[in-house]
Amino acid sequence: MASRDDIKFLSNPKIGLKQKKYCRFRRFGIRHIDYKDPEFLKQFVNEQGKLLPRRITGNSLKYQKKVATAVKRARHLAYLPFVTDLLK
Amino acid sequence: MNQYEVTFIVDPVLSGDEIEGTATTYLDHLKGEGCEIVNKEDIGLRQLAYSIKKRTTGVYYCIEFSSTSGNIIPKLELALRRDERIMRFLTVRLDKYGVKYNDDKRNGLIGRKRNEEDAAADANEKAAAPAPAAPVAKAAEAPAAPVAAKEEEE
Repeated sequence: MASRDDIKFLSNPKIGLKQKKYCRFRRFGIRHIDYKDPEFLKQFVNEQGKLLPRRITGNSLKYQKKVATAVKRARHLAYLPFVTDLLK
Repeated sequence: MNQYEVTFIVDPVLSGDEIEGTATTYLDHLKGEGCEIVNKEDIGLRQLAYSIKKRTTGVYYCIEFSSTSGNIIPKLELALRRDERIMRFLTVRLDKYGVKYNDDKRNGLIGRKRNEEDAAADANEKAAAPAPAAPVAKAAEAPAAPVAAKEEEE
């Protein structure tokens, strides 16, 4: 016979709980985004080298704009490709 | 007083001296115009993300300088554009955070942070690695022990 403590939840309590997205630049106090660091910038582009939307990265508007500028500069200097497949 | 940063890619087909010479040309050019050179970084040979002028690699240089007026920028860019040895260049004005970032980077503050993260990641991997290894070892010992016991019995 199962004791009362064994019965915890009838349904999975994690369903419907989403981890809140946050802006990593605001949280960790990063003020400058370096365009010469392609490995860092790769976190903000998809496999084709396109910029990911704010909806997915969780960046605040201010830093999303800075990320976009940095990625565009990195592309100009051939640190990142303009178009590709299987970037990651 | 503004601080600028010019990054350029030199043709890798040139000899080492010529590549060095190209970088020093622009250092001298900037000094001649009365700019203060903050830092010259030799990033070195890198694989390009896409080919430029049929080259797949390039030698990267980054010069940071401060100038009282921005009038020298068009002159510098014209010189870079005319130069056959330069494949690509980008001039950027640094804001105060950019200046601080570059200072920190030079003093190893930013690199070290990343190393710590790497170390943490390595530690995690190591922690993960012995975990599966340990049961294997135990499994190896466990059958061995009864066998030894049996042998002793016999």
